[in-house]
Amino acid sequence: MAETLTHIGQTEPRPTGWQGIAADWSSDQRAFKNVSWGKAMMWIFLLSDTFIFGCFLLSYMTARISTRVPWPNPSEVFALRIGGSDIPLILIAIMTFVLISSSGTMAMAVNFGYRRDRRKTAILMLVTAALGATFVGMQAFEWTKLITEGVRPWGNPWGAAQFGSCFFMITGFHGTHVTIGVIFLIIVARKVWRGDYDTGRRGFFTSRTGRYENVEIMGLYWHFVDLVWVFIFAFFYLW
Amino acid sequence: MVDITPADGIPPAEVAEVELYHPRSWWTKYVFSQDAKVIAIQYSATATGIGLVALVLSWLMRLQLGFPGTFDFITPEAYYQFITMHGMIMVIYLLTALFLGGFGNYLIPLMVGARDMVFPYVNMLSYWIYLLAVLVLVSGFFAPGGPTGAGWTLYPPQAILSGTPGGQGWGIILMLSSLILFIIGFTMGGLNYVVTVLQGRTRGMTMMRLPLTVWGIFTATVMALLAFPALFVASVMMLLDRALGTSFFMPAISEMGEQLPHNGGSPILFQHLFWFFGHPEVYIVALPAFGIVSDLISTHARKNIFGYRMMVWAIVGIGALSFVVWAHHMYVSGMHPYFGFFFATTTLIIAIPTAIKVYNWVLTLWRGDIHLTIPMLFALAFIVTFVNGGLTGLFLGNVVVDVPLSDTMFVVAHFHMVMGVAPILVVFGAIYHWYPKVTGRMLNEMLGRFHFWVTFLGAYLIFFPMHYLGLMGVPRRYAELTDMTIMTESAHHLNSFISIMAFIVGFAQMVFLFNLIWSIRHGREAGGNPWRATTLEWQTPHTPPAHGNFGKDLPIVYRWAYDYSVPGAKEDFIPQNMPGSFGPSREPA
Ligand code: HEM
Ligand SMILES: [Cu+2]
Repeated sequence: MAETLTHIGQTEPRPTGWQGIAADWSSDQRAFKNVSWGKAMMWIFLLSDTFIFGCFLLSYMTARISTRVPWPNPSEVFALRIGGSDIPLILIAIMTFVLISSSGTMAMAVNFGYRRDRRKTAILMLVTAALGATFVGMQAFEWTKLITEGVRPWGNPWGAAQFGSCFFMITGFHGTHVTIGVIFLIIVARKVWRGDYDTGRRGFFTSRTGRYENVEIMGLYWHFVDLVWVFIFAFFYLW
Repeated sequence: MVDITPADGIPPAEVAEVELYHPRSWWTKYVFSQDAKVIAIQYSATATGIGLVALVLSWLMRLQLGFPGTFDFITPEAYYQFITMHGMIMVIYLLTALFLGGFGNYLIPLMVGARDMVFPYVNMLSYWIYLLAVLVLVSGFFAPGGPTGAGWTLYPPQAILSGTPGGQGWGIILMLSSLILFIIGFTMGGLNYVVTVLQGRTRGMTMMRLPLTVWGIFTATVMALLAFPALFVASVMMLLDRALGTSFFMPAISEMGEQLPHNGGSPILFQHLFWFFGHPEVYIVALPAFGIVSDLISTHARKNIFGYRMMVWAIVGIGALSFVVWAHHMYVSGMHPYFGFFFATTTLIIAIPTAIKVYNWVLTLWRGDIHLTIPMLFALAFIVTFVNGGLTGLFLGNVVVDVPLSDTMFVVAHFHMVMGVAPILVVFGAIYHWYPKVTGRMLNEMLGRFHFWVTFLGAYLIFFPMHYLGLMGVPRRYAELTDMTIMTESAHHLNSFISIMAFIVGFAQMVFLFNLIWSIRHGREAGGNPWRATTLEWQTPHTPPAHGNFGKDLPIVYRWAYDYSVPGAKEDFIPQNMPGSFGPSREPA
């Protein structure tokens, strides 16, 4: 930790205990020493976004426990008929697997980004984007299936109307996050491929130069979206 | 003697001079500007513009309350629409936008010694989305059926029923959309403010050397980033209820003898989401005011702030506590007595850090060299008003007192004192204080004093009698009170009196606006540091500060922001960026 200059230019001894903790957090220039602006901004955004998803999920839980009509059984609703038998949650399982795998390819992309391996980084980011797009595609399939079975935001054939409301709202909001992620993955992948982060080419809108760290920042977002899905999966489908 | 070479391990400031975006055309310099100072002025101007709408609405309401039956065009529906738009505009589109978007943008980079916000492009988008939100809000006035009349709390189920103005029309849809846009736009700006304070400070500027203004705005922004999500979610869900017919907040309900398709939703859920945002919101407008007032008092009393560390911890503590008190707005909605007990307790605990702040302000004034400048007058007025509103808050925080007083004029008086008048007084004080930095000229002194006295005394004459009306049982949100037995002759007179005062105070604001415009050209030249203040924004090489804020080199900070009247120093203030020892500084080690 860096020390602060006093008004006569001497460095102060570092306090210990709680005061030391406060001094570290409030220390000169940056509260988080090795964290760049972009990364700090992404973390704080994710914190705020956590509250949004938290409110959505809590509202859903409230709706579910306070309804007096039975809640449709997710294992039945989300079953697919394959080879003559109903397999519960099979599509969701595949979707979850795809999304988690995409987090793996994302992590590899970050690694290769820091090794300046432009080709591998860009390819892995595109693979991540493809997996993300697959996820959204399967979600669209699931929506279509439910809609043809008569599920609507305002009602469904099996029970509490809030089932459809929460389902479309929460998966829709999450799916939007994934879609935005896919778009940005492609944009960043293109920049990596073109070598923008080596040549110092400036962004079209921001007129800032970027760094390979942007791949990691992109990764933070992607892992977050992935993590949120785990919660949605647990609370909506497994409950 | 002074060692200014960076010690090891301190990374250089991230964006060097060359990285700063240099606008090339008139458009990118003044309209689509990425400079926080321009964005600040855009935010402030837009907020003031929409705030004037809210002011006019308050006149219309007062016309109706003061002289019932005289103005036919103010129907009960219109009255509801007026209170709703007035309340929402004042709280969100005026105060939040002005304190964070306006003062935050202008002061944060200057005060922490940065050239700009960390992501100027995102910061610019923030303003334009805010403007869009304002336009959507205003379009409610022109939509068929007019704006929503649901009250600023927008409680369902009434908010989306046909009995409420705008409930089945466009009003509520536009209101909710506008809120969603506002939150998106605010988040973009808010992330910038937070990261700039955390990671963008200049050499020597530790967090414990930040002026309290920055602490107030910073904490309020963090709170906003955590509280607005609840409003966002509530707005999305109500929008779905209204537009798609879902039933998140709508129980089974029949309207005009007709059963509506809704079923099984929970209106109380909305209240929880709303107030999880709504209570922190009070402090989102109060904390910046706390911070600014601390700096005004210290500067204009030529004395260091008393208990700087305590002030910081009080700000942070109030911010944290205000997330666990929200249900004190819901005592009448009914809750388990233990919950009532819990929320009453937490509410009263907030009084402790708040009282600490008040004592520290007073102790800062104690034996100070008080200059009764206009900013100082407003700061003093703030303390009085805030204590006043805070005390009635202590009453209302208790379940047994709140239940009978709920939804009376007493509540209206309370929240206008504490989150209406008090922050607005700080806004005025701050404008008189920083206007010279923004424009290079002083505001007219005589008009300023006129503005102060009329506003301060007038606000008391408006809102003080409302306490009394409330205790008599006069309800809030009633367009027509004439035939109620509680409305005695004297209560009617009081209402007319309040209304006349409201017009006088409103008129004083016109004088203020005139002063703002007139002084840009005709004000006295201010020079770079007219108040002889210590903080960095007064030490810029240019006034108004040029693009990039601080000439070639960023300032280096050697001391806290409150070295006033240090014994032994040549002047009675030592700027934060002045090296050297001048005897005993009171900076906390
Ligand atoms: C010129 C100064 C002002 C006057 C004369 C004024 C007057 C009023 C009146 C008459 C009402 C309606 C009372 C009722 O019938 O229930 C009201 C409501 C309200 N005002 Fe103000 N007001 C002023 C400034 C402010 C400010 C600065 C704020 C900022 C916080 C504010 C926030 C509110 C809110 C939140 C409501 C409640 C709206 C509702 O019930 O939904 N007002 N005001
Ligand atoms: Cu509250």
